[in-house]
Amino acid sequence: MKLEIKDLRVSYGGIRALKGVNLTVDEGSIVTLIGANGAGKSTTLRAISGLLKPDAGQITYNGESIAGFPAKEIVKRGVVMVPEGRRVFPDMTVRENLLIGAYLRSDRAGIDQDLKYVMELFPRLSERTWQLAGTLSGGEQQMLAVGRALMAKPKLLMMDEPSLGLAPLVVKDIFSIIRRVNQDGITVLLIEQNANASLRVADYGYVLETGSIVLEGQGRALLENHSIQEAYLGHRKSAIPASGKASSEETSGKHGRKYEVSMNSD
Amino acid sequence: MSAIFQHLANALSVGSLYALMAIGYTMVYGVLRLINFAHGEIFMMAMYVVFFGLATFMMPWYISFIVAILITALLGVTAERLAYRPLRDAPRISILISAIAVSYFLQNLATVLFGGRPLTFPQVPLFTSMMNLGGVHISRLLILTPVIAAVLLVGLQYLLKRTKTGMAMRAVARDYDAARLMGIDLNRTIAMTFFIGSALAGVGAIMWGMKYPQIIPTVGAMPGIKCFIAAVLGGIGNVAGAVVGGLVLGMTEILIVAAVPALAGYRDAFAFVLLIIVLLVKPTGLLGEKTTEKV
Repeated sequence: MKLEIKDLRVSYGGIRALKGVNLTVDEGSIVTLIGANGAGKSTTLRAISGLLKPDAGQITYNGESIAGFPAKEIVKRGVVMVPEGRRVFPDMTVRENLLIGAYLRSDRAGIDQDLKYVMELFPRLSERTWQLAGTLSGGEQQMLAVGRALMAKPKLLMMDEPSLGLAPLVVKDIFSIIRRVNQDGITVLLIEQNANASLRVADYGYVLETGSIVLEGQGRALLENHSIQEAYLGHRKSAIPASGKASSEETSGKHGRKYEVSMNSD
Repeated sequence: MSAIFQHLANALSVGSLYALMAIGYTMVYGVLRLINFAHGEIFMMAMYVVFFGLATFMMPWYISFIVAILITALLGVTAERLAYRPLRDAPRISILISAIAVSYFLQNLATVLFGGRPLTFPQVPLFTSMMNLGGVHISRLLILTPVIAAVLLVGLQYLLKRTKTGMAMRAVARDYDAARLMGIDLNRTIAMTFFIGSALAGVGAIMWGMKYPQIIPTVGAMPGIKCFIAAVLGGIGNVAGAVVGGLVLGMTEILIVAAVPALAGYRDAFAFVLLIIVLLVKPTGLLGEKTTEKV
C-alpha cells in the first residue's frame, strides 16, 4: 500500500505547475509536503486524486499505475482527499455530508460503524447531525470535511491545508486528530503552510518549491534544518542584517530563496 | 360561486403545469449554471410523440404517454451529451448559445418531420371528460393536473433528499470538485438531471396538450419562456422555488384575466412584467439562494 510518484509533471492553466516531482508515501506513515504559496502542493494532491490529469510521470499506488484515472476510481482504491478550504456541502446537514462521503460504499453495517467512529472522533459533530453544514464554524467544518473523507474508508488520506484559517486551539485539535487517525492505521499525506506543526507530526517531509522537490528528510531533521527554519518557521539567523555584509541569499526575500540542498540528497 | 371555483381550479392547474416545467429549468441550472433554452422544444416534441402514438399508431393512451415521457427524457439527455457536455469547460456564454441552437434545431426538425400545419392533440376521455363536483361541472383535467403534479413533486423531493442519486445531484449542483472527490460520476449525474427534468417537461406537455390541444413546431416556445420566468421568479436553482414560481405565475395569469376579462389579450405579457419586477426588486427570486457564485 505504498504511494509512489515519479517525475510527475502537471500543467495547470497553461503554466507548468509541477516540473518532475518524486515522492514516496510508505504505508502507515505520515508524510508532509511543505512549501510556499504556488509551489505546487495542491496541484500534486489534485493530480493524485484524479482532479487533474498529469502531462507525464508515474503515480503508482499499491503497485498499480493510477495516473490519469478519474477521481471515482482513485476514491475506490482508498485514496481520499480532504480538499483545501474544506468544501463541505453547505446546504446539506452534517449527517448528509457524512453519508455522501460513503457514496461509493453499499455496506450498510460498515457505514453505520464508521459513522459511529467519526462521531466518536468528533463529538462536536455528533451534537449537530441535523444542522446545515454551512452554519458550522470553520473548525467544525474542517472536522466535518475530515469526517466525510473518513466515511469513504480511506487507506491513504490526503489533506490539503487542514489548518488554514483556523484558530490556534482548533489547529491543535486538527493535528491531534491527524495523529489519532494515523494510529488507527490510515496513512496520511499532509500539505501544510504551517510547516512547524506538520513537520512535528510527520515521519517524513518534502519541501516543494516552484514545482520541484528541493529538500526531503525525516520530519525532525527538516525541523532543525537552517534553511527550512529561515524560510518556513520564522527563525532568522540574525534578526536584521547588522551591516552591509549580509549575503544576497539572506536578503533575497520570500521569493527565489536559495537552499543548501546538500542534506539528504541520497 | 361556481365560476370562482372554476377559475381557481383553472389557475391551480395552469400553475402546476408551469411548475412541472420550471423544475426542468431550475435543475439544469443547478448542475450546469445553464439556462436550457431548448427545454420548451423538448416539451413540444413530447406533444408530437403523443399525437403520433395515439392518432397514428393507435396505442392505448397509457402506453403512448409512457413512450412520450421516455423519448422526451432521452431527447434531453441526448441534447446534453451532444451540445452541452463538450462545452462544459468553455465560457458559459458558449453553452448558452449552444442551447439556443438546440432550440432552433428542434423547432426546425419538427417542421421538416411533421410539417408546419397545426395538429390536434387527441382527447383522452379519462382526463378530458366533464365531472360533477359538488354541483359544479368541471373538466377532470382541472382536478387531475394539480394532483399528478403534486405526486410527482413529492416523488422528486424524495429522490433529492433520500436517495443516493438525489444526494449526488445536490452535491454536483453545489461543488463539482468536492462531488468528484466523493467518487460521484459527474457525467452520469448531470445526464440523470436532464433525464428527470425532461421527463417532467414531458408530463407537463401531455397535460398541456389536453388543455390546449393545438400542436405546431413552435408550441413550446411560449410555455418554455414562461416557465423559465417562473423558475427565475421562484429563485433559479431552487426546486421548491420553481414550484412556487410556477404556481404564482399560473395563478396570476388566470386570476387577473378572470377578474378583468378585458385584459385577456395581454395574458402572455403578465409573465414578462412579473419578470421585470422580480429582476428589479429581488433578483435572486422569491426563495432564491444568496448569490454565492461557484468558484
